[in-house]
Amino acid sequence: MCDFHLSRRGFLKSAGTAAVISTLPVSMVELAFADPEKNFTFAYISDSHIQEMEGAKFVRNWDRGLIRAVAETNLLNPKPDFVVFGGDLAQLGKKSELDHGAEMLAKLNYDVHCVMGEHDYYLDLGKYWSELYGAHYYSWDHKGVHFITLNSVLTYDEWTHNRWPTEMQRMIEMAGLDNPNGSPFMVGEKQRAWLAKDLEKVKKNTPIVLFSHSPIQKIYKGWNFWTEDAEQVQELLQPFDTVTVVYGHVHQIQYNQIGNISFHAVMATAWPWPYPESYAHAEQHMPKLTVPMNRADPFFERDATGWQLIDLNSGRVAMRYNLYNNTNRTVRYNPATNQPEDDAYQQPESRVAPQIHY
Amino acid sequence: MKKRVLTISVGLAAVLCALVFVNLRVSRADEFTKEDLDRWNAEYMSVVKQGRELWTSGTLGTNGVACAQCHPNGANTHPETYPKFQQQLGRVVPLRDMINWCLQNPLEGKVLEANDPRMVAIEAYLAYERRGVAIDPGKH
Ligand SMILES: [Fe+2]
Ligand SMILES: [Fe+2]
Repeated sequence: MCDFHLSRRGFLKSAGTAAVISTLPVSMVELAFADPEKNFTFAYISDSHIQEMEGAKFVRNWDRGLIRAVAETNLLNPKPDFVVFGGDLAQLGKKSELDHGAEMLAKLNYDVHCVMGEHDYYLDLGKYWSELYGAHYYSWDHKGVHFITLNSVLTYDEWTHNRWPTEMQRMIEMAGLDNPNGSPFMVGEKQRAWLAKDLEKVKKNTPIVLFSHSPIQKIYKGWNFWTEDAEQVQELLQPFDTVTVVYGHVHQIQYNQIGNISFHAVMATAWPWPYPESYAHAEQHMPKLTVPMNRADPFFERDATGWQLIDLNSGRVAMRYNLYNNTNRTVRYNPATNQPEDDAYQQPESRVAPQIHY
Repeated sequence: MKKRVLTISVGLAAVLCALVFVNLRVSRADEFTKEDLDRWNAEYMSVVKQGRELWTSGTLGTNGVACAQCHPNGANTHPETYPKFQQQLGRVVPLRDMINWCLQNPLEGKVLEANDPRMVAIEAYLAYERRGVAIDPGKH
């Protein structure tokens, strides 16, 4: 049963959700699966960027994004098997920010698996994050699917260890998306060796779902929509029949297919980012397959942010984007074309004007 | 006597001519040098640089949020489309009205006057990031 809806009782119990009701899928089309036992859902929340102003005061706007995603995820019925948080919980990796974010995430009534974002990492190289969420990269099996989480936001040792006079300056330099002093993300040799070993014991027909913060593909280097060793990681995944990579960081809808690997990006709960094509001087390679999200309307604080419900149809991902001020979207694997496609907007003639970015 | 008058006249005429010539030279705005161009560009770029600093600064508003957090490289600000009908405000506005809107809302700060050097710097920066894009006023 892959149909999901939010419990009406839950709605009535939680105050102030009137506006929420109209924007969430109350019931969705049930999908027919060969083996319904194998289907399950999980939710994906990402890029909350909890930002401390001063002494335990936090930016209200970003707090609201995470609070809303957590509250709505808790209302899902049937319940998802678990939740993934896709990284950038904090803005500047501070203990106070991670603690405040963790406190909000702790309200989830599900198991949570966390991915490292660069905003969580570059202050203390993930030390405090680890105290909260454990290993930086790991794998587990669930209902016949092999799940992997990587820390894909590493970079060159010289940049990390020898360039900046303080940890906070290192954090700030990496936090600026368009900062020319930043450095390209990478998975790195050590983790690639671990991944190769981890995959040795996995059968070629086992579905694999990999979570990373940065895209394991090269889209636009200027904003680190990029992983320096993407090809080498892809090479390790290509021998498997069914592979999906889900990533955060880009704060927008993206999807792609490279060989056997389907790629899906998730929305941020904090704020949306422009598509690289809207920067006139960007040399960018947005996947042609991607039908963009609508251009954000800044007058709606939560517009172009949201969270995701993912259902795994025999190991393939159907990504349901829960968009707060827009029509929800679903991007799912189409076996006929061997690529992810949007249910409503994939054909050029079905696209709408707000999807044009410039 | 006559000769003297003539001499004076010729002298005056020469002075007049010289004056006219000098005046013409002074009023010919298209005569500038490579050095002038370099200096003017440097002046502009120094204001662009100030604009970039403000754009990435957490102190422009009150909550530490910087413009660049949502608009890397000034993207998605579309300076080439202003003035335009801003449907959310219900009137035709210049870009600076939207800059001020962002200062008041996501940055929880105060508006800048149109002639505030900081506003000029931000406008200069956004235009610079958008250089080469055809102006298209009114476009949504
Ligand atoms: Fe992020
Ligand atoms: Fe990120």
